[in-house]
Amino acid sequence: MQLLEVKGIGKRFGGLQAVNGVSFGVRGGTVKALIGPNGAGKTTLFNLISGFLTPDNGTILFHNHPVQGLRPFEIAAKGMARTFQHIRLFPEMTSLENVMIGRHIHGKSGFLSAMLDLPRTRREDRDAREKALELMDFLGIAGLAGHEATSLSYGQQRLVELARGLACEPALLLLDEPAAGLNMRETAEMAFLISRIRDRGVTILIVEHDMSLVMNISDEIIVLNYGEKIADDVPLAIQKNEDVIRIYLGGDGDA
Amino acid sequence: MRSRIHRALFGLVAAVIAVQQVTAYTGSEYYLTQLTMSAYYSLVIVGLCLLMGYAGQISLGHAGFFAIGGYISAFLTTHDLSPLKDSGIVSFLSKAGLLSQRTDLYGGRLLTVQPWAACIVAILATVVIAYIVGGPVLRLKGHYLAMATLGFGTIIYRIAIGTTALGAADGLSDVPPFRLLPFLEVSGEMSDRVQNYYIAWGLVILAVLFSLNIIHSRIGRALRSIHGAEDAANAMGIDTARYKLNTFVLSAVFASVAGVFLTHYNGGIGPSEASIMKSVRYVAIVAVGGMANLWGALVMGTLLNFLSLRGYLGTYDDAVFGGILIIIMLFVPQGLLHVDVFRGLRGLVLRRPNEKET
Repeated sequence: MQLLEVKGIGKRFGGLQAVNGVSFGVRGGTVKALIGPNGAGKTTLFNLISGFLTPDNGTILFHNHPVQGLRPFEIAAKGMARTFQHIRLFPEMTSLENVMIGRHIHGKSGFLSAMLDLPRTRREDRDAREKALELMDFLGIAGLAGHEATSLSYGQQRLVELARGLACEPALLLLDEPAAGLNMRETAEMAFLISRIRDRGVTILIVEHDMSLVMNISDEIIVLNYGEKIADDVPLAIQKNEDVIRIYLGGDGDA
Repeated sequence: MRSRIHRALFGLVAAVIAVQQVTAYTGSEYYLTQLTMSAYYSLVIVGLCLLMGYAGQISLGHAGFFAIGGYISAFLTTHDLSPLKDSGIVSFLSKAGLLSQRTDLYGGRLLTVQPWAACIVAILATVVIAYIVGGPVLRLKGHYLAMATLGFGTIIYRIAIGTTALGAADGLSDVPPFRLLPFLEVSGEMSDRVQNYYIAWGLVILAVLFSLNIIHSRIGRALRSIHGAEDAANAMGIDTARYKLNTFVLSAVFASVAGVFLTHYNGGIGPSEASIMKSVRYVAIVAVGGMANLWGALVMGTLLNFLSLRGYLGTYDDAVFGGILIIIMLFVPQGLLHVDVFRGLRGLVLRRPNEKET
């Protein structure tokens, strides 16, 4: 079953057609990667799907319901979480608190209940803490719970951001270059973690430059170039696709 | 965390009682008057701290909300309705027990709205106005938001000083006491000085308790996340616009309640309470207190207002607050009592100021 279906989506910035009539689907329980040279429109596409940008045309179906034009927090509440290419953790908050923010959509208590510290607020708080710690443990960063998030190393911050996304318990997790800035060992760990997240039943759409990571973990790969879809296939076929080799892997095909 | 909140609050309660005891033993109970007034101003500051320090939104119009509370309750509790006694609405209000007969300073009989009813009207009006103003204005960020809230403050000030029914430049006086319980009333009577000190500080303690509960809850985390990285907060399903607006309204209500109570305590209110300088003062105090530091804001709010009310800051009172603002913004923009202040001071000594942290 398609969890996410993007149909003929387009976005123009002034004279630049950043995304042009792109269609694809993401099946539930799989990892799909989005690759392409710099400026191909990958991040724009991500922003369109997650509601940070509104598409000029086309539809986006999530769980078979249209979500294009909804605001980011509305889309998040429907079960779609994302990370950012440039890590955006909340400063002056511990990594545990950062991850607990991911539990926000699973809480209901409002201002009044929080102000009066009603039992429901306490219960939600406890649940959020437990779930956040469990996820940090899953990603091997439970020991960093009390550290201020923005004081951690780059690799650790990536993991905190990942835990925060997972804390939403999303059906679909969008990862925007999760291996950017990581060294080889950290990248290998990230690949392993992404597979394990998929095994937990989370569908993943990932933008990534690191080819070995993409080829290792993806069930399917879409290639974008100048805002248009060039290919959409399994990794082995992508590696052999001549258009992809020519356009993406560098001119003469020996990259 | 919860037990820490309760310990800290217990400390505050103990400090409030201790101060009163000390003034009683040393015969310096006259200090209680300024300490009571400082408490009400601190109530405004606690609310503003929630908005500025935690939700990260500035307001240069909070004196406006204070004035809305104060003026509405002053107007309703002093405006004589007896000429309208026979009209349907007034007789209905009278039957509903919302009006009271009293005599004014000159022995004339007055028919006015009961203080508690006026207080409720003032708070409801504040909520409505804060939603109407905050809705569009909070879409702005940074100095655009500062300027827009400044515009709101200016409007309220002009209304206060320009409306004859509100006493124009003289303001409203002869505001009656506000009876909370049969033995407890907000009034400026000498004999009620001690109980008024406790009423005011009781309100502050309640406001601090509510605020700390919010800060350490799901809501508080959401607010702090908006402050830190609004995009990411949005991606986590947080309706940032709604949270900002609700915090704005809550802090406006704190200011309005302070306005209502202080007006009954002082027996009146004047347009200076609505002035921009008052708003600037509130902002300066939150900044000195450490922005996201409720205790810092409370301590500084009490201390600086107390010094100001006692006249220790002299003729240049407002200039002192202006100066504080300049110095804070230049040297410790996170606020003086912020935890990072020592890091900041060290940085000031060890590095050139324009060097970026990596």
